[in-house]
Amino acid sequence: MANADYSIVRGAERAVATNKVLKNTYLLLSATLAFSAVMAGVSMVLALPSWMYLVSVIGAILMGMFVLPRTANSSAGIGVIFGITGLLGLGLGSILTAYLALPKGPEIIATAFGGTGLIFLGLSGYALTAKRDFSFLGGFVFAGMMVVLIAIVANLFLQMPALSLAISAAIILLMSAFILFDTSRIVNGGETNYIMATYGLYLSIFNIFISLLQILGIMGGDD
Amino acid sequence: MTLFLQITLAVVLVMMLFFLWPTFKHWQEHGPKAKEGDWQAVVLPLALVVGLVVLLIALVR
Repeated sequence: MANADYSIVRGAERAVATNKVLKNTYLLLSATLAFSAVMAGVSMVLALPSWMYLVSVIGAILMGMFVLPRTANSSAGIGVIFGITGLLGLGLGSILTAYLALPKGPEIIATAFGGTGLIFLGLSGYALTAKRDFSFLGGFVFAGMMVVLIAIVANLFLQMPALSLAISAAIILLMSAFILFDTSRIVNGGETNYIMATYGLYLSIFNIFISLLQILGIMGGDD
Repeated sequence: MTLFLQITLAVVLVMMLFFLWPTFKHWQEHGPKAKEGDWQAVVLPLALVVGLVVLLIALVR
């Protein structure tokens, strides 16, 4: 009986901890997305050149690899994640400036924005309500990520539009799988650090948005 | 400027590949295996994502 009581208490404690991680993750995700949007606005007002996007991606990857994992368990991690998302927002702004100059630019940006929101909300809702553990996707998503990285490096120099389109399509599918994987890990207690959880979900949203922009930009032409 | 940044990005992405390798190995070797019906539960939402993207392309054309 005592053991059963202990199990119930432990189960309840775990559920409370999981809900706390989930709540903190979505709060921080909202704040970082809003901050990114502000920084994108600043970048557009300042009319930063398009190479700023490459600078921001390089800076964000380096911070994500070397700084964030070392600070994620302290309050400094909050500052680092705002630094990363702000930097990516600045880069995004320079891309948006270029898209706004296209004939259907504003329409493409609005459609990509709406599509990204729909994909994220739909998949998160699905992962939160489905009584399934999607952590079996781990090997698949990381293998896919490595293949896509190799393709991106190749296309940095090959500059093939068809490969670029294929990479964008693969990224959308891969990041969608990452949303299921990350959300499921939070719900099932696999991820207990809300800063790292926010970083994962933010990157999925950012990559889906950028890839959708690229696909709609290429496919949405009049020709 | 752009070529320099492209080369830097390529170097950083290759570094990221090495960085991801242990995580990939860990999930490949110690990650939970899919049970019956798990892949179906993933393929269905991903197919809906593909459908949505096709719809969005049709909307902006």
